[in-house]
Amino acid sequence: MKKLLIALMTLVPSLVFAAGPTVPLDEAEVDLHDKASLQRGAQLYMNYCLGCHQLQYHRYNRTFEDLGIPQELGEENLQFTGQKAGDRITNNMSTEAASNWFGTAAPDLTNVARVRGADWIYTYLRSFYTDDSRPFGVNNAVFPNVGMPHVLQELQGVPEKTYEERMIDGKMKDVYVGIKTDGSGRLSESEYDQAALDLTSFLVYMGEPMLLEQRRIGWFVFGFLLIFTLLAWFLKKEFWKDLK
Amino acid sequence: MFKRFVEWMDARIPMTKTWNIHLAQYPAPKNFNMWYVFGFLATIVLINQILTGVWLTMNYVPSAEGAFASVEYIMRDVEYGWLLRYMHSTGASAFFVVVYLHMFRGMMYGSYQKPRELIWLFGMFIFLVLMAEAFMGYLLPWGQMSYWGAQVIISLFGAIPVIGDDLTLWIRGDYVISGATLNRFFALHVIALPLVLVILVFLHIVALHEVGSNNPDGVDTKKPKGTVPDEEKPKFKFHERFTSKKDIVDSIPFFPYYIIKDMFGFGVFLFVFCYVIFFNPEMGGFFLEPPNFEPANPLKTPEYIAPVWYFTPFYAILRAVPDKLFGVILMFAAIVFLALLPWIDRGKVRSIRFRSVLHKLNLTVFAISFIVLGYLGTQPATPVATIFAQIFTFLYFAFFGLLWFYSKREKTKPVPERVTSK
Repeated sequence: MKKLLIALMTLVPSLVFAAGPTVPLDEAEVDLHDKASLQRGAQLYMNYCLGCHQLQYHRYNRTFEDLGIPQELGEENLQFTGQKAGDRITNNMSTEAASNWFGTAAPDLTNVARVRGADWIYTYLRSFYTDDSRPFGVNNAVFPNVGMPHVLQELQGVPEKTYEERMIDGKMKDVYVGIKTDGSGRLSESEYDQAALDLTSFLVYMGEPMLLEQRRIGWFVFGFLLIFTLLAWFLKKEFWKDLK
Repeated sequence: MFKRFVEWMDARIPMTKTWNIHLAQYPAPKNFNMWYVFGFLATIVLINQILTGVWLTMNYVPSAEGAFASVEYIMRDVEYGWLLRYMHSTGASAFFVVVYLHMFRGMMYGSYQKPRELIWLFGMFIFLVLMAEAFMGYLLPWGQMSYWGAQVIISLFGAIPVIGDDLTLWIRGDYVISGATLNRFFALHVIALPLVLVILVFLHIVALHEVGSNNPDGVDTKKPKGTVPDEEKPKFKFHERFTSKKDIVDSIPFFPYYIIKDMFGFGVFLFVFCYVIFFNPEMGGFFLEPPNFEPANPLKTPEYIAPVWYFTPFYAILRAVPDKLFGVILMFAAIVFLALLPWIDRGKVRSIRFRSVLHKLNLTVFAISFIVLGYLGTQPATPVATIFAQIFTFLYFAFFGLLWFYSKREKTKPVPERVTSK
C-alpha cells in the first residue's frame, strides 16, 4: 500500500505542488471596513473566478449580508448559477473535467487567504506573465508553472516580465524587476492594482467572515476583564489584610 | 431555609465535610508565589476544553468526507461557533503552556521529592494522556497538517522492531490514515481519554491533599504533633483530619485566601487567553497552522511537516538522532527521565532557593534547552539546525545525569525551620 501511495504521488503532475514564493511579496493593504472594495471584489470573483474556484463552505446570503448588498440585488447581479440565496457558493465543474483541462482540480478558495495570506494573493494576481512554454501561454512569478490561465488578462492587458541591467559581482546581469503590461487591458495599471486588492480583500473576508465581529467582541471582553481583574485584585488585598 | 437544606444534605452526603476538608479548612502554606497559580489554571482550562468540546461535538461530523466541511460549518453557520472553536483550539495550546509552567514550578521547588513522588507520577501520566489527547484532537479538523502530522507521528511506531508495522496498522485501522483512523481518534478524543484525564486529575489532587502542598521554600509546614507551641500555631481553624496527626504552621485556609488570589491570576491569564481568541487565533501559525485550512489530501504532501508547538521539543530530540529507532527511544526517554525525577534527584533540600549554584545553573540550562529544542522542532532540519538539536538534546539529558551525580553530596545552604517570606 505504501508503494502504491508513492506510485500515485509520482503520477500527480508536478504543477500541483506549490513552490514557495520566489519573488518578494507586495503588501496588500486590506481594509475590511471598506464595504465598497469588498463588493467590487465579490463582483470580480463571481464573474472571473467562480467558474472554476468554488467557495463551497460559505453561503450567498451570508456574503450579501456581511458586504451590505441587498439580497434581491445580489441575487440578480452576483448569482449566475441558478442557486438559491441560502445555498453555498459552488459551481458545476467536476474534478475529472478540471483534471483534464488544467492537470488538477481547481482548489476551493474559501480559506485561501488563511493558507496563503493576503500579500501572497495580492502579489499572485499581479504576477502573471507571458510564457509560451506553458499550456495557456502564461506563467506566474509567485506560483511558478501554475496550472491556470490568466483570467484577468482582459482587465490587465498582456503582461510581460521586465528586466533591468544591474551590476552584480562585477558583471552586468539582467535582474527581474516586475511585470509590465502592453496596455491593451480595460484597466490602467493602478486600476488593475486596485482590482487585485479588491479581490484580495474579498478573499480575506471569505477566510474569516466573522473577523470584524470577533474584534468588536474582543474589546468588550477586554473591558470586562479589566473590571474583573481589578475587582479580584482589590478583593485579594482586602482578604489578605488580616494575614499581616 | 438554606441552613435546613444544608442539614438535610449533610445527613445524606458529606457536603459540608468535603467543603471543609478540601477548601475552607484545608491548610495551604502561606508563602505561595505566582508560580502556584498554574495548577488552578490547568483545571480551568480542562473545564474549558470539556465544555467547548461538548458543544463542538454537537455539530462536528467525524468522517473523512464530512469532517473538514463540518468544522467550516461550525466556523460560519453555527451561532458563535467560531468562538467555541477558537476557545477549544486556543485552550489546547494554553493547556500545554500552563502545564509546562506547572511542571517547571515543581522542578524549581522540589515538589516531586519525598513525600510527593506519587503526585509527580500522576502528573506525568496526566501529561502523557494530555499529549495523546492533543494529538488525536489535532486529526479531527482533517486539514493537511492534521493528516500529515498524524501520518508522521504514527509512523514513528513503525520503528519498533518486529511488531512495528503491525502496530501502526493497528493504530490506524487502515494502511494509511483514513476515515477509520478519524473515527477511532474521535472516539478516543471525546470520551476515552477525557475520562482517563479527569480520573487522573482527581487522583493527582487526592494525593496532593493527603500530603499537602510544598512551597517556594520547600520547608515542611506540617510539623510532628506536639512540637509547636500553641502561640505559634495559625489562628485559623483547620480540619481535624490535618490537625490530629500534625502541628500545622505558616498555613492559611485555601478558601477564601487562595481562591481569591487565584481569581486575580485567572484574570491575568484570561487577558492573554482572550487576546489569542479574539485577536490572534492562529498565533502566527503556532496554534493553528496555515496548511490546516486546506482539507486533507493523501496525494499532496505539504512542503514540510511540523507538529504543533507543544510537541516540538520532543520532535527536535527525535530528529536529532540519525537512527529512527534510537530517536524514538530517546524521545520517550526524555519523558521517562522526567517521570523518574523523584529518584534521580537524591538531594534532601527541595527548593532551588537553598540549593547549590551548580543546581541553579543545571536547571537553567535545562529550561533553555527545552525552549531551544522547541524552537528547533518548528524549523526545517538543516545540517546546522540538526547539530544544534544534538547539542541541546545532550544538554537536556545531561541535566538528569548531572543531577543524579551531584545531588547526593550537594553543597546546600542551611534550610530554615519555618517559611521565610512574610
